[in-house]
Amino acid sequence: MLDVIKAQVMDEDNIRRALYRLSHEITERNKGTSDLVLIGIRTRGVPLANRLAAFIKQHEGVEIPVGMLDITFYRDDLSLISPQPVLHRTEIPFNITNQKIVLVDDVLFTGRTVRAALGALMDLGRPSQIQLAVLIDRGHRELPIRADYVGKNLPTSRKEIVHVRLAEIDGEDRVVITETENESD
Amino acid sequence: MIQLPKDILGLKELSAEQIQHILDTAVVCKDIFKRDLKKIPTLRGKTVVTLFFEPSTRTRTSFEIAGKWMSADVVNLTVSSSSVAKGESFVDTGRTLEAMGVDVIIIRHSLAGTPKLLADTVSAHVINAGDGAHEHPTQGLLDLYTIREKMGRIAGLKVAIVGDILHSRVAKSNIYGLLKMGAEVTVVGPPTLMPRGIEQLGVRVEHSLDAVLNQVDVVNILRIQLERQQRGYFPTKKEYSKLFGVNMERLSKAGNDVLIMHPGPANLGVEIAEEVSVHPQSVITEQVTNGVAVRMALLYLLTGGGSKDEILH
Repeated sequence: MLDVIKAQVMDEDNIRRALYRLSHEITERNKGTSDLVLIGIRTRGVPLANRLAAFIKQHEGVEIPVGMLDITFYRDDLSLISPQPVLHRTEIPFNITNQKIVLVDDVLFTGRTVRAALGALMDLGRPSQIQLAVLIDRGHRELPIRADYVGKNLPTSRKEIVHVRLAEIDGEDRVVITETENESD
Repeated sequence: MIQLPKDILGLKELSAEQIQHILDTAVVCKDIFKRDLKKIPTLRGKTVVTLFFEPSTRTRTSFEIAGKWMSADVVNLTVSSSSVAKGESFVDTGRTLEAMGVDVIIIRHSLAGTPKLLADTVSAHVINAGDGAHEHPTQGLLDLYTIREKMGRIAGLKVAIVGDILHSRVAKSNIYGLLKMGAEVTVVGPPTLMPRGIEQLGVRVEHSLDAVLNQVDVVNILRIQLERQQRGYFPTKKEYSKLFGVNMERLSKAGNDVLIMHPGPANLGVEIAEEVSVHPQSVITEQVTNGVAVRMALLYLLTGGGSKDEILH
């Protein structure tokens, strides 16, 4: 899948610095860590949420709860795709009602994943706020959704695919772009 | 990539990988039980019909809850209130339901093979909810799920299925499923309730419950179908209970880790003593819960296909 890499846009250090900055932006905007929780969208939002929590612990000295969210049940394209996606578990072992949630994902593209995630979270409780943190914002939104914290803005064409590779899952930290014949969606 | 067949007619037709995939999907579905709001939008716009030609409370209700929690529209048809009573042929009923845009038909019938006949007629997905003495695949799946959840595995376990093997579709689905998943199966019951040649499926046959109790990890106790006992398969309920009923005395001989299962509804005091049915080693109520999870998984997988791990940004 990664044999025709068009460009590498972030390396290990770039990713670390971007997340470090985001961790500060999050605590600055929320004036600390009270009622703050991080929820990573499966799959790659989860290690990113864990890393943000580790940075926050470093500079605030507070361990904030981290959950993981699988959005498959809430996708808007289930009737369009066949076969259906594999389900993974949602693991949010704390009550999200009246919490300030920072939703974490690797790439923000059409906005449909985030829309699904918002639906999933609303069914789990009534958070006081939901904010969005992404490592890459690649544009091409199809819904009125924007990120509150962005690691890197990356202008792309729809034919390109952005791959965020993370050590926890892929054995390496980098962000690369590949290209397909078809327009991705 | 694992894909399920169009219809779920029996566990005989499913591979170990497909069964595993259904069980894995059911783990995620079971998480819905822990929520305050037990509703997900996944099957919005899908229509599920339960078509029951035999009485059933738990299976029909379980399918209904599974469908409704996933936001499908669920319509329950019982024979007495449908046109079937007016003489409409069974296949016509299927075609009529299909013309109304039904996506999944769940059928129970006293004749083995009826779900297959329906499945061959309609393009909607058909799930067998029990046909004669043939199969009851969703019961088999929920039993597998329960064993895997409680024991951590299925392969290598020794499972005894006790009772009326002859008339039991639950026994058949359990045998197919358990053997595929690598368990060792012993069927136990009086010779009159043992189908001839059953050992050819790969199971061991025993006529003494006491001889196997201390050798197994799981005891799945079948319901004695009292309505079928007019033909004298065994002399009296009391005698059956004495020889094959699981009571506290037998449970104590079986060991502390043995899992006690029963598909319900139980004849308390006949095949299972009440104290055993509510004993900590009994997972009868868990089985009911897992039934909903497994049926949710099947509805999800059938209406979409199989599996593909892909990302949507």
